[in-house]
Amino acid sequence: MADQPVPIAGPLEVAYPTRGTFLEWLHSWVTTVDHKKIGIMYIVYSLFFMMVAGAEAMLIRIQLAIPNNHAISPEMYNELFTMHGTTMVFLVGMPILFGLANYIVPLQIGARDMAFPRLNAFSFWLTAFGGFLLYYSFIGGFGLYGMGNAPDAGWFAYAPLTLRSFSPGHSIDYWAAALILSGFGTLGTAINIIATTLSMRCRGMTLMRMPLFTWLLLVVSGLTLVTITPLTAAQVMLLLDRYAGAHFFDAQAGGSPLLWIHFFWVFGHPEVYVLVLPAFAVANEVIPVFSRKAIFGYPAMVAASVGIGFTSLAVWAHHMFTVGMSAAGNSFFVLSTMVVGIFTGIKMFNWLATMWGGSIRFATPMLFCIGFLFQFLIAGLTGIMLAAAPWDWQLHNSYFLIAHFHYVLVGAIVMCIFAAVYYWYPKAMGRRLSETLGKWHFWVFVIGFHMTFDTMHFVGFLGMPRSIYTYEADRGWNTLNMVISIGAFIQTIGVLIFAWNLVYSYFYGEEAGSDPWDAWTLEWATPSPPPVYNFATEPEVRSRRPLWDIKHPQDPDWKYEP
Amino acid sequence: MSTVPLFTDESWQMPSKGKVAMLSLIIGECGIFGIFLAAYIFYLGHNLSGPTPSILDVPVFNTVCLLSSSLTIWLAERAIERGEIRKFGALWGLTILLGLEFITGTALEWYALIYRDGLTISTNLFGTTFYSLVGLHATHVVVGLVGLTTIMIFTLLGKVRQEHAHRVQVFALYWHFVDAVWVVVFTVVYLVGR
Repeated sequence: MADQPVPIAGPLEVAYPTRGTFLEWLHSWVTTVDHKKIGIMYIVYSLFFMMVAGAEAMLIRIQLAIPNNHAISPEMYNELFTMHGTTMVFLVGMPILFGLANYIVPLQIGARDMAFPRLNAFSFWLTAFGGFLLYYSFIGGFGLYGMGNAPDAGWFAYAPLTLRSFSPGHSIDYWAAALILSGFGTLGTAINIIATTLSMRCRGMTLMRMPLFTWLLLVVSGLTLVTITPLTAAQVMLLLDRYAGAHFFDAQAGGSPLLWIHFFWVFGHPEVYVLVLPAFAVANEVIPVFSRKAIFGYPAMVAASVGIGFTSLAVWAHHMFTVGMSAAGNSFFVLSTMVVGIFTGIKMFNWLATMWGGSIRFATPMLFCIGFLFQFLIAGLTGIMLAAAPWDWQLHNSYFLIAHFHYVLVGAIVMCIFAAVYYWYPKAMGRRLSETLGKWHFWVFVIGFHMTFDTMHFVGFLGMPRSIYTYEADRGWNTLNMVISIGAFIQTIGVLIFAWNLVYSYFYGEEAGSDPWDAWTLEWATPSPPPVYNFATEPEVRSRRPLWDIKHPQDPDWKYEP
Repeated sequence: MSTVPLFTDESWQMPSKGKVAMLSLIIGECGIFGIFLAAYIFYLGHNLSGPTPSILDVPVFNTVCLLSSSLTIWLAERAIERGEIRKFGALWGLTILLGLEFITGTALEWYALIYRDGLTISTNLFGTTFYSLVGLHATHVVVGLVGLTTIMIFTLLGKVRQEHAHRVQVFALYWHFVDAVWVVVFTVVYLVGR
């Protein structure tokens, strides 16, 4: 066995049982503890909510397309932007990262499942229940009055607007309860991923041989432990204020709404890195494989990721420059925020150095990753601009800020989510996504993205604030807003092409085989889709690219690695 | 856990997944306690009216009981590791009694605060932050007691054997955390804040 350490596909191709009745099929998904099925459920769940929150964004853009518009009511408008933000962060960004982690991490480290399969299923169903509870508020948020009322206080839910005197009914309670529930699910999965990566690695998989995707998900999970819990604590305080007569955020009794802002961003800023690090993780896998080169600067990538994890805990008050802080506080948070730029800079250059001199294949996953590199660079640069406090005083909560963080969230994270789906869909479904539709998806989406979010910077400069219901015709924002809305419409078409591709290729896609991209990590050593037990015999690795070693026995990696 | 040894070669050792998971949970719990402690410290001396922390009595006996329960549970862990199940059961029972004493002490303290001093969660900021912080800790003690009692029942039924030592130790980590975090809460609320 020493010469042939990793079992490669072929003898492992297993016959799948023929499909049973619908109830059997449903039962197999609801009761499953298999990390791959749970991963797929996470991803389907978050793609579903991505469509929902995207539809909400479209309604917002229809309302803002022309001045003095009344396409939807002001109350509805507040609900839409609150639900759009909350959904995208909690029901799309986090579940999809845990879905990818669930599916990929055990396969990449040569394990047969997560460390705690039942905790895994429990966490998923908690998260799912939280999401549907949040959306139930559209019909049940006013309690016994029988009329719907979704949360409408912004995704950051600043006090005192969320207190009972200003938000009667139950909309804020749905917001807090749903996020506390899904928060516990998140905590459970984060614990599970940490235990899996630290305790379930196959023989020879030392920490410094772990694929970078797994490394980053380990960092993300560690960060999640100390990110989601402050939010849970603050939301418990909010519920105590609303129902037990406590005074945490009640200014009339001496409480401080400022404390909520601090607590929220103590969660909210590391959360951005919880969302973006998985995007980096995907780029770490896709860029080397499609450049036909090993990743450049592996140890520096690990160090930079851990560095981002720690630094992100000390930057939260850069969301609060306009709230008013001392000069020392401002300076500290300006500098700590700029330190993040150093770590992400290291990553950018390592990705570029990986591509440099490689023979790049412009398949759809790689296209999305190249789009990511370009857009994340711009997002980082506007981030450094906003990190400078005087600049932030001018542009905070304008559309410039909206453009900046959508450049991160859509331009970087959503692009990498698309890359990940194109890259791993063949593994999960056994069929490749259509490249033709994929290229259409990429180009339509990128054009729409730049129409929308490039233009948003300019309306921001012209003074348009965020979260406004409508605007007067004489502000000079009319054409730009129309362009933004048209761009949003084009992005929607791109996403619909993607959705069609997912369905179409499931039935008619090209058979993938076990290793369609000629990749190097262990998940490609299993058949597509992998059997329930993943690996028939426990793999054994000797380098960072175990499949390269098998494919090139004359020139294996482990000869060169320390 | 039924970790089947996959390799005959013992040189490839991974850390225990139970301990890694429990330590991760503890790190997460630190986030929750950190936020409640921050709120308590932030609002010290900001009361507009009503009782202030000076009305608190230092719960010395309670604290001694809770902290010594960490010692008894540690002795119990050693006992089960060596297979001394009767000794384990006795020490485990003692740990439960010490935990029960602590929670009873907290209940009596709250009773006095509510009916003697008129302090409730809605009285003022001190009431808000005190009851939520100490209540958060008390909740953890109750959860711990439920877990301890469950293991005790299995011990009395004779189901706990030497091979369960590792699981018992993973659970004991949680109880050690509940004790350790009390040291912080106690220092902030009863020593510094008073």
